[in-house]
Amino acid sequence: MNVEAIKNLLYRLADDKLIIGHRHSEWIGMGPILEEDIAFASMAQDEVGHSQAYYRILHELGEGEPDQIAFNRKAQDFTCCQFVEFPIEDYAFSLVRHYLFDMADKVRLQALKASSFEPLAALATKLAREEKYHQLHAQTFVQQLGRSTEEARLRMQSALNEAYPMAFSMFEPTVHTESLAKEGVQPLEDTLMKQWRVEVEAFLRSSNLQIPHVEDLSSYFGGRSGHHTEFLQPLLSEMTEVFAIDPTAKW
Amino acid sequence: MEKSHDPRVNRIELPQDEQKFQEDTLFQWQTYEVFQQQNRGEQHVHVGSLHAPNPEMALVLAKEQYGRREQCANLWVVKSADVHATSYDDSDMFEHAFDKSYRDAEGYKVKDTIEAFKKELFARIDNRQAPGEKTTVQPISTISQGFKVYKLPTLKGKRPRKIITKA
Repeated sequence: MNVEAIKNLLYRLADDKLIIGHRHSEWIGMGPILEEDIAFASMAQDEVGHSQAYYRILHELGEGEPDQIAFNRKAQDFTCCQFVEFPIEDYAFSLVRHYLFDMADKVRLQALKASSFEPLAALATKLAREEKYHQLHAQTFVQQLGRSTEEARLRMQSALNEAYPMAFSMFEPTVHTESLAKEGVQPLEDTLMKQWRVEVEAFLRSSNLQIPHVEDLSSYFGGRSGHHTEFLQPLLSEMTEVFAIDPTAKW
Repeated sequence: MEKSHDPRVNRIELPQDEQKFQEDTLFQWQTYEVFQQQNRGEQHVHVGSLHAPNPEMALVLAKEQYGRREQCANLWVVKSADVHATSYDDSDMFEHAFDKSYRDAEGYKVKDTIEAFKKELFARIDNRQAPGEKTTVQPISTISQGFKVYKLPTLKGKRPRKIITKA
């Protein structure tokens, strides 16, 4: 098996989860209502936990300790997609991103359950259960707001117009994509993207939202090879602020 | 230090006109009462309440609000307005005028039979363990008046069970 390709995939999966988890956590204390504040914070914690699980497999494959990988890398060493880096903006944007991200996660985890790399297949089976709630949460909110008042629908539509073109960066292919598919580790990014696209577009339409036209699916590509938006570095600086005081401290 | 994009660091601007702020945002959803069931087959227990615009949203929010820590098998939500209660002014109606301890479950005459059955059950469970694997049944907690809670060894194909018995 191509270990380098598997490591590359694990880094992508983990980094996406760590960064979106951190972004979601920025809603703590600021959620639109107390109940949603708690739900968003709890899902943020789930995502960070999922990243830790992927980092652990990486550690078993000879990479550094999970904490070191998460908190002690430079921005250009991160392989997260650009979609997860953008600031949380208003609640509509965060919600639409949460929906688009977790639906992609659903499609990906479903495929990874059958991965030829067994540790990943086992983990995907485990994570898919917890992700079920994330999907229910996202779908319920998107649908209810889309079908609510005109103001709610317009806010959701404008968030979708902004987020949708960015979302394709979740499926940015890398040099390892084909080898991973050939070895049965994970289907092609393009295959996953098409599956995701059919599912989210049908659902968004049923929620009274129009699907934005996306001219170039690769507009936000680059994250997988370490080319990030200006927003990643400030996030990393904040996230690692305490860790950086003493990187060797035992927690 | 770079410019932060986290609104908690980069403080959001609050509206200047406080009166307007209150009018706009103090729109209240109705409340729902949440009932949680820990294991299938057990009773649902009231765990608290929350705000939601409809039952569907109440269930979604209840999961993280009340189902994220302890074990949870199922949730119910009921509109708080649909709960009818007795008045505390009338709570004296719950007082017994005379001794009615005969109504308490612990006075049952079949208690000895139940205890004997439990003892036999423990023995049977122990016998089903393979030699060397024999586990002694230890109480997991003690509740009032000398009653102890035991966790029964899980039998193949059966749900884990707890049993309460007098020490």
